[in-house]
Amino acid sequence: MPSSIPRCAAWALALVFVLVARQAVALPTIETWTTPGGARVYFVENHELPIIDVSVDFSAGSSFDKRDKSGVAALTQHMLRFGADGLTEAEISNRIADVGAQLTGRFDLDRGGLGVRTLASAREQDAAIDVLAKMLQSPSFPADAVAREKARHVAGLKEADTKPETIAAKAFYASLYGDHPYAMPTSGTPETVSGITREDLLAFYRAHYNAHRAVVAIMGDVTREQADALARRLTDGLPQTPEEGSPLPGVTPLDKASEKRIAHPATQSHILIGAPGVRRADPDYFALFVGNYVLGGGGFVSRFTEEVRSKRGLAYSVYSTFYPLRFEGPFQIGLQTKKEQSAEALDVVRVTLKEFIAKGPTEQELRAAKQNIVGGFPLRMDSNKKIHDYLALIGYYDLPLDYLNEFPRNVQRVTVEDVRRAFAKHVNPDALATVVVGAPETRTSAAPQ
Amino acid sequence: MIRRLVRSRAGGVALLAALALGATQTFAAARTSETVLGNGMRVIVKEDNRAPVVVSMVWYQAGSMDEVNGRTGVAHVLEHMMFKGTKNVPNGQFNKLVAAAGGRDNAFTNRDYTAYFQQVQKSELPLMFRLEADRMANLNLTDEEFAKEIKVVMEERRLRTDDKARALLYEQLLATTYSAHPYRTPVIGWMNDLENMKAEDARQWYQNWYAPNNAILVVVGDVRAQDVFKLAEQYFGPIKARPLPARKPQDEPVQRGERRLTVKAPAELPHLVMAYHVPKIHDVERDWEPYALDVLDAILDGHEGARLTRSLVRDSRVATSAASSYDSVARGPTMFLLEGTPAEGKTVQDLEAALRKEMRNVAENGVSEEELARVKAQVIAGEVFQRDSMFYQAMQIGSLETAGLPHRSLDVQIEKLKAVTAAQVQEVAQKYFRDDALTVAVLDPQPLDGARRVSQVKGVRHAE
Repeated sequence: MPSSIPRCAAWALALVFVLVARQAVALPTIETWTTPGGARVYFVENHELPIIDVSVDFSAGSSFDKRDKSGVAALTQHMLRFGADGLTEAEISNRIADVGAQLTGRFDLDRGGLGVRTLASAREQDAAIDVLAKMLQSPSFPADAVAREKARHVAGLKEADTKPETIAAKAFYASLYGDHPYAMPTSGTPETVSGITREDLLAFYRAHYNAHRAVVAIMGDVTREQADALARRLTDGLPQTPEEGSPLPGVTPLDKASEKRIAHPATQSHILIGAPGVRRADPDYFALFVGNYVLGGGGFVSRFTEEVRSKRGLAYSVYSTFYPLRFEGPFQIGLQTKKEQSAEALDVVRVTLKEFIAKGPTEQELRAAKQNIVGGFPLRMDSNKKIHDYLALIGYYDLPLDYLNEFPRNVQRVTVEDVRRAFAKHVNPDALATVVVGAPETRTSAAPQ
Repeated sequence: MIRRLVRSRAGGVALLAALALGATQTFAAARTSETVLGNGMRVIVKEDNRAPVVVSMVWYQAGSMDEVNGRTGVAHVLEHMMFKGTKNVPNGQFNKLVAAAGGRDNAFTNRDYTAYFQQVQKSELPLMFRLEADRMANLNLTDEEFAKEIKVVMEERRLRTDDKARALLYEQLLATTYSAHPYRTPVIGWMNDLENMKAEDARQWYQNWYAPNNAILVVVGDVRAQDVFKLAEQYFGPIKARPLPARKPQDEPVQRGERRLTVKAPAELPHLVMAYHVPKIHDVERDWEPYALDVLDAILDGHEGARLTRSLVRDSRVATSAASSYDSVARGPTMFLLEGTPAEGKTVQDLEAALRKEMRNVAENGVSEEELARVKAQVIAGEVFQRDSMFYQAMQIGSLETAGLPHRSLDVQIEKLKAVTAAQVQEVAQKYFRDDALTVAVLDPQPLDGARRVSQVKGVRHAE
C-alpha cells in the first residue's frame, strides 16, 4: 500500500513528520491542590471565553454495585437532580435554566459525578454553583421521584434489551468479566432496578460521595483563588465517611476462547470480540494505543476498515479499541454485518487480528500512526470542554500532571517491538470472547463452542 | 439539519443547543469574512485563535432533496465515492494523507446539502485545500469501487434504519406527511433504489452538482481571512464553473385532513410522533412566526423542567419521555414535532390526548413571562457556549448558507428571538396546531421472537 503513494505525496509525508516533531503546542498549565476536606482539585485558568466548566467526580461508578442491587450506582447519580436541600426538582431545573447553565454528568464503570457549564458572570455563576453544591451535598432522594424514576429506568432497560447492540454488549461484558463487578450492566437490569429502595440510594450516596474521594475539575474564566473557593463550596459539605473496607477484586484474564450466539430478528448480526485489556495506569498503554490505531482505532486507515469494509464491503462500521479503566478495561472489536455474511466477516476479522498480533505493525504503519496521533495532538485540546475532560481524567486516575506534555513523547517513542510485545502480553488471540447477536444458524470453522 | 444532529443527544441540552443555532453572531459576525472566487465559489472565514488548529469544510448545495425517483440515496452514495480516489490521488490515499497530517476527516449528507470536512493543525490547511479541490474536479469513479461501496451503504442502511424501530417510524412519517416534496424520501435512500443503483448514477450526480459555483468553503480557526482567500484562489480558483441543473420547487400541496400511520417493528415500548406543518424562516427581518415557534419549542422542551417533561412525565405520568422539536432553517418545508413514549399502563391514545391538552393549554392560556425570560437566558448563554467549538461554528455557517440564509443574519435572528412576546407564542399555538395539518405516526412494538402480540395501539384511529 505505501508503495502506491505518489512521489510528491511521499515527500509531503516526510515533511509533515518533521514539522510535527518540531511544532511546539501551547499546553495548558494544570494547577492542583487538596481542600481541607480532602477533595483533590485540578484547575486550568483561561479567560478567553466567559465560561466556567466544573465537575466533581467520585469512585461511584457501576463497579461499586452489588450484584443483586445492580443499578443502584446509576440511579443514585441520576437522582441527585430531583431534590436537594429544600429545593424541589422543578426548582432545581428552573434555577439552572434561569441562568442559561447546563448540567453535566459523568457515569461509567469507575466514575460517577455531576458538573455544570455556566457563564462566568457573577449572578449566573453563583446561581449555578449554588444548585450544584446542593445537589452534591444534600440530595433528598424524594420517595415519590425515586418511584417514578425507577419505573422510567425499568422501561428504558426493557426497551434497550430488545436492541441487538445492547444485547451484544451485555453478553460481551458478562463473558469477559465473570464474577468481577465490571461484568454488571452499568444501569442494572429490569429485575434488580425494580428492587432498589430509597434506602439503597442513600446508603450508596453516603458510602461513595465522599469529600476525600472527590475529584474537582475546573476549567475557565476564574482565578486560582476563586477556583479554590468554588471547590470548597462544592465539597466541604460532602459526607466524611471512612474509606470502605473491601476494595474491588482484580480482573482474572480469560484462559480459553468462548463464543455466544443469540438469536435476533434484525437484518444484521452485531458482533463483538475481545478480552479484558489494560489498566489506565499500565505502562504498556501507549504501545497498545498506538498499535491499536493501526489495527482498528485509526478509522478509515486501519487494517480492519481496509480488510472488512474497503476491500470487501462487509460492514459500515468496524473498529477495535482499548477502554482503559482502573482495572483491565475491555479490548473490544466490533462490527455489524448482514446476517448471511456473518461467518465471512468473522473470519476476516480473526485472520487480520492473528496476523497483527503475530507480526505487529510495519515500520511504515507505525510511522503513519505516530504522524496522526502526534500531529493531531492540538485537536485534543482545542476547546475548554476537551481540556476540562482531561483534567477530570488526570485527577481521577492519578495520572502525572505532565500527562499532556508527555503525551506526544510517549507516543513518539513506541517501537514496532513495543507494540508486538504489548499485544502479546495483553491480547491472547486464543482466549477471546466472541458474541454474535442475530445469526445463530451459521457457524464458522474457527469457532470453538 | 444541524438541529437534528444536535437532537440525538439528551432532551434539555439538545434544545438549548438548538436555540443556540440562532445564536452566535452578535460577537461572531464581526469576525467573519467572505469572498467569492471568479468561478462563483463562496469562501467564508471565521477567525478563532484559541488553539493552533483549523476546521475546513466544503458544502455542496446538493442533498437528497435534489434526487429523483428511482435514484434516492445517490447524494449519500456519492459522498462515499468521494473518498475513492482521483487521477492524482489514488484510491485510499485521501484518508492516508489527511491522517499523516494529523488530521481528522469525514463527510455528511443531509436533505439540503452534502459536506466534507477536515480538522487539522493550521499549517496543514494548504494540503487540505489541495485534496478537496482535486476531488471536486477529478474524481475517478470506477465500477469496481462502486460495486464494493454500494454494499457498505446498504449495511449502513440496515444499521441506521432497517434494524431501528424508531428510525423506521420517522422514515414512514416523512413519506406520509409529504406527498409531493422530495423530503418524503430518506436521505440514505430506499433499499430497492440502492440495490438497483449503478456507478453511472453516481457519476451523473457528480457531473451535475460538484461544481465550484455550487459549493461554499467554510473555514474556522487560527487563520487570517486574507491568507485563506489567497489559498482558496490558488487551489479552487482554477476549477471551471458549470451550469447547474434547474431546481424545481416541488412545493408540498396544502394538507387537507389528518393522516395516520402505524409501523410494526421489534421493540418493547410504543412510540408516538405528531407532526404539524408550520412555516420556516423565509425573510429573516420580516418574519416573526418562526421565532415564536422556536420559543414555543423551548418552552415545551427547552430544559429538564420544561412543560412537556414536567406535565407528562413528572405530574400526570402518562409518559416516560416527551419532547418537541422544530427546525426554523431549511431549504424545503418544515414541521413542528411532538412525540413521546407512554408510561407502563398508559396507551398511545392517552399520550396523544395529553400532548393535545398541552397545546390547547398554550393556545387558550398562553405562556408566562417567567418562561419567556428563561428561554431568553438560554439563548444568551447558548450564544457564548457554542463559541467553545470551532466545528459547531462552521456547521452553523454552512447549514444556514446552504439553506439560503446569510450566516450574517444570525445576529438578527438572536434579536428576533429575544423580541418574541408571550402573545406571539400564543398566537402561533392557536394558528398552526390544527388536525388538518397533522400527521400522527405510531410505533406498534413487536416481540423479538416473531410471535404475534395483541396490538398495543388498538383503536388509535379513534383517539380524541
